[in-house]
Amino acid sequence: MKHDRYIVIVGCGRVGSQLANQLSREGNSVVVIDRDEGTFNNLSSDFSGFRVDGDAAHLAVLQDAGLKKAEVLIATTHEDNVNLMVAQVAHRIFRVPHVLARVFDPRREEVYAQLGIKTICPTSVAVGIFLRAVADGPAARQGELS
Amino acid sequence: MKVLIVGGGKPLYFLCRNFTAKGYEVVIINRNKNECVQLARQLRAVVVCGDGSDAQVLKEAGALGADAVLAITPNDQDNLIICQLASLKFGVPRAVALANDPDNAEVFEKLGVSAFSTTHIVGSLIEQRASLEQIINLLPVGEGLVNVTEIVLDAGSPVAGKVLKDIDLPDNALIAVVIRDNQPIVPRGANDLRAGDRLVLITLPENHGTVLKSFTGESR
Repeated sequence: MKHDRYIVIVGCGRVGSQLANQLSREGNSVVVIDRDEGTFNNLSSDFSGFRVDGDAAHLAVLQDAGLKKAEVLIATTHEDNVNLMVAQVAHRIFRVPHVLARVFDPRREEVYAQLGIKTICPTSVAVGIFLRAVADGPAARQGELS
Repeated sequence: MKVLIVGGGKPLYFLCRNFTAKGYEVVIINRNKNECVQLARQLRAVVVCGDGSDAQVLKEAGALGADAVLAITPNDQDNLIICQLASLKFGVPRAVALANDPDNAEVFEKLGVSAFSTTHIVGSLIEQRASLEQIINLLPVGEGLVNVTEIVLDAGSPVAGKVLKDIDLPDNALIAVVIRDNQPIVPRGANDLRAGDRLVLITLPENHGTVLKSFTGESR
């Protein structure tokens, strides 16, 4: 995998900040956008990327973040609609080659698959892991822990 | 005609009142419980309390049989998603989104959603009204793509006394009606224009200024 990509991350909460820290550490140029400046405290001290304070639903903010030259955009805010809108704008207007959106509501996932937006649904992922753990039974689980 | 409106506040209230007065069947979707109760009391409309960008809520509100969906919440992201769900999932023929950020009007159109920006509309309205005093009325139609303007010719007008065919009008502009002594005339090339005539003009925003200047002679 290439480690020198220009990556824009929308939302600097727990998921967004961890992603930003990790990707920045690997050598990528990372830009984080959040409308709450306080969330930038979640970034580690060795984070070497840029912080953009603003609402990603505004075109001007995405322009400021340099979306035109971005190779990857990851939308991780806690609002599904913001993630879906930003992902579409990145994909269709800024032509960002690799776009991912976090979407909590699994029912929204299908509609956006139609629009060519790649989504990751933490709800479905967690359900899958729980189901697998339940199917494996308590013995396997204990075995794993010991 | 069945219209779903998602949003709240005064714009929703007056829009809804306007629609129900025309006999439209209106369903309102609003997230706020208290506001829903108020709206249900004040308006002859069905009120559904919930998130309009949730497919289930749209379905409950009857999106499947709706002729139009209007998304006028203060959040652009919600308006976009509401309209996309309405057209993609429920096949609503006309879904229109309010773009609070004027830049998003163009963005939404590119993403396949009809959009309007009140900032654009009000802004151009004020500019055009303020620019010339002889303008009595200005009405943007076709989502602001066309202006219908009523003006009065004064004696100083460069076109007063001229025959229509001698007036050099820019492309895409038209003198639709001349009102003289309370008599409306749809003019032809042989008709003349006189001081005191009221003209109804059809213009586009891009040639509006030029056209008005050629009638009033003001250099603004």
